[in-house]
Amino acid sequence: MPMLDVQDLTTYYSTQRGFVKAVEGVSLQVDKGEALGLAGESGCGKTTVALSIMRILPTGGKIMGGKILFNDKDIVTLNEKQMSKVRWKDMSIVFQGAMNALNPLFRLGDQISEAILTHEAKVSKYKAMKRTKKLLELVGLEPKRAKDYPHELSGGMRQRGLIAMALACNPQLLIADEPGTALDVIVQAQVLSLMEELKKKLNLAMMLITHDLSIIADTCERVAIMYAGKIVEHGHVADIFKEPLHPYTQGLIGAFPSIKGARKRISSIPGLPPDLLNPPSGCRFHPRCAYTKDVCKTDDPALIEESEGNHFVACHLVSGKLA
Amino acid sequence: MANNAAIKINKLKKWFPVRRGFLATAFSREQLFLRAVDEISFDIKIGEVFGLAGESGSGKTTTGRLLLKLIEPTSGEIYFKDQDITRLSENELKPLRRRMQIVFQDPYESLNPRMTIRDIVAEGLGIQKIVRSEEEIEEKVADILKDVELVPPEEFLLRYPHELSGGQRQRVAAARAFVLHPEFIVADEPVSMLDVSIRAEILNLMLNFVEKFKVSFLYITHDLALARHMCDRVAIMYLGKIMEMGVTERVVYEPLHPYTQALIAAVPVPDPTSKRTRLPVTGEIPSPVNPPPGCRFHTRCPVAEDICRQKEPAFIDVGKQHFVACHKVAG
Repeated sequence: MPMLDVQDLTTYYSTQRGFVKAVEGVSLQVDKGEALGLAGESGCGKTTVALSIMRILPTGGKIMGGKILFNDKDIVTLNEKQMSKVRWKDMSIVFQGAMNALNPLFRLGDQISEAILTHEAKVSKYKAMKRTKKLLELVGLEPKRAKDYPHELSGGMRQRGLIAMALACNPQLLIADEPGTALDVIVQAQVLSLMEELKKKLNLAMMLITHDLSIIADTCERVAIMYAGKIVEHGHVADIFKEPLHPYTQGLIGAFPSIKGARKRISSIPGLPPDLLNPPSGCRFHPRCAYTKDVCKTDDPALIEESEGNHFVACHLVSGKLA
Repeated sequence: MANNAAIKINKLKKWFPVRRGFLATAFSREQLFLRAVDEISFDIKIGEVFGLAGESGSGKTTTGRLLLKLIEPTSGEIYFKDQDITRLSENELKPLRRRMQIVFQDPYESLNPRMTIRDIVAEGLGIQKIVRSEEEIEEKVADILKDVELVPPEEFLLRYPHELSGGQRQRVAAARAFVLHPEFIVADEPVSMLDVSIRAEILNLMLNFVEKFKVSFLYITHDLALARHMCDRVAIMYLGKIMEMGVTERVVYEPLHPYTQALIAAVPVPDPTSKRTRLPVTGEIPSPVNPPPGCRFHTRCPVAEDICRQKEPAFIDVGKQHFVACHKVAG
C-alpha cells in the first residue's frame, strides 16, 4: 500500500468565463523513501496537484472528484479542522520561489518555530526554538541564523530555511514545488543533494514538482509527465528517459540540452499549450502532435500499462489501436 | 589587430559607485565601488557565437551593456570593427546603433505595452531613416515577421504585446533587433523566461540569422548546457573576471579552472544513468563590493593555496585558444 495514493483527482478553478480544467483524472502514488518527479510546462496543472493534496487551493479552486488516500485515509472528505491536523504534521510543502516565500518582517527562526507552535499545542516556545535550531543544523545552516531576517540570507540559505520549515513537524511526505528554480546552478545542486540526503535520512516520501527534466533524472526514482491537466506518461525514470513512448515526452526530452554527449541542435515542440477553459477534444496533445490520427481528435486515450515494469502511457498510437 | 574581429574589448572595467547612508559617509571618506566588470578582454569574430556564462552577479549582463555602450565604461577600450567606440558621444554612436542590437531577457518587460507590434518593429527603421516610404516600412516589417515565423504577418501587425504569448513576444523582440540587419547582436538570456518546449525554436531562429547574415552573436546565459549547444567559444565569468575562455567543447570537456569544473559538475544531466558527481564547491558567490583579494574564487575553491589568497592569477594562454586564470594551472 503506497503512502500517498491519488486516484482520479479532478480540480477545477471557477472563473467568470467558466471552469478552468486545471487537473483532470490524475492518479499517482508515492511510497515511503521514494521520490516521484512531476514534470510539465507552466500551466499544465502540476502545482495544482500539489495544492490539492495539501488542500490549500486558492479561492475558486475546488476538488471536483477523485480521492487522495494518505495512509489509506481519504483526505478529500476531511473538514478544515481535521485537515489542519494532517497538514504539516503528516505532509508538508516547500514552496516555489525561495525569494518570496518567507515573511520579510520576521526572523527565520521565529517563522520556523511558528510552524511548530501552530501544529503542536503542547510544545513551549523555548522547546520550539530549540527544535528550530536543530532543524537549521539538519539543513546545513548555522543555528545562529535563526536570528537573521530573510534579507540577511542568500537565496540558497532561504531555500534551506524553507526546507527546515517544511520538516518542522516531522512529516512523512514532502512536496517540493520547483525547489531549484531561481537559484544558481551550483546552489541548486547543493539544495538538491540536501533533499536527497534528507530523503534517505528521514525515510521521506517525496514529490518533486519541476519543469526541468534533468533535475528529475538526477534525483527521482519515478516520473509522471503532465500535459494540459492530465498525466500522459508515467514510470521509472530510467525507462522513460531510455524509451519515451508518448510524443509529448519525446518532444520534451528532445528539447533538453545536455552538457554530456554529442552536440546537436535542440529540437522543440511546435505550437502552444492549450487554454484549459476549453481544452481540445480527444487527446489534449493532438493539436501539437506530429502523429495525430482521426481517433486522437475524438477519443481521449486512457493511461494504460505498456511493457513490463509499470510504464504507463496515454496515447492511441502506443496502445496499438493504430499501429 | 585581427581583421576578422567584429568586436574587441581590452581591459574593460565598470565600477559602480556604492551609495551609502549619511552616517556611513560622515565617518568614512572611502568611496566604495561595486566591481561589476573588472578588466576583462576578449574579441568576437565575424559570424561567431560567443557565450558568456556565469552565476547571477558575475557581471555578464553589465558586460553585454558595455559592449553596446548602453552604459559608460570606467576604463578600458571597446572596438567595433576596428573603430574605437569607447569615447564616442551619443550622436556619433547613432549611425552605429543600427549595426549593433540587443535582445533582452524578459519579453514581458522589454516591449512597450502601448505600441502595436508593427510600431515596435518599425521604430528602429524610422529612427535610423533606413526607409524612404511607408510602403517600404510595411514591406520590411511583414518580411521580418515572416522570418521570425509570426505568420501570417497581417494577423500580428496591429496587435499589442499583451495579446501574445511569451514565445511570440520574444519573436517580436528578435524581429525588432534583426530588422535593421545588424552585424553584432547581444542576446541577454533570451529564453530563460520561456517554457522548455519553445526555447529551441527561438534559439534556432536566432542561429539562422547568425548563419544567414554572418552576424556576430554574444550569448549571455547561466545555462551551460544551452551555451554548449549554441556557442563556438565560451567565457566563464566570476565576480567581474573571466576565469576561463576557449572553444566550447574544450572548456566543457576539459575544464581547467576549478570554478568551471564545479559549474559543469553542478549542471543536472537529463539522463538517469549518469549520476551527479559530488560537488567540491561550497557556499555562494561573495559580494562584488569587496571581492576577495588574490584569486576571487579562493574562498570557495577546494584546492586554494596561500598564493591564491595573495596574488591575483594572470590570464594565461594554454594553447589552442584556451585561456585560464588559475595559479594551479599556471604551475
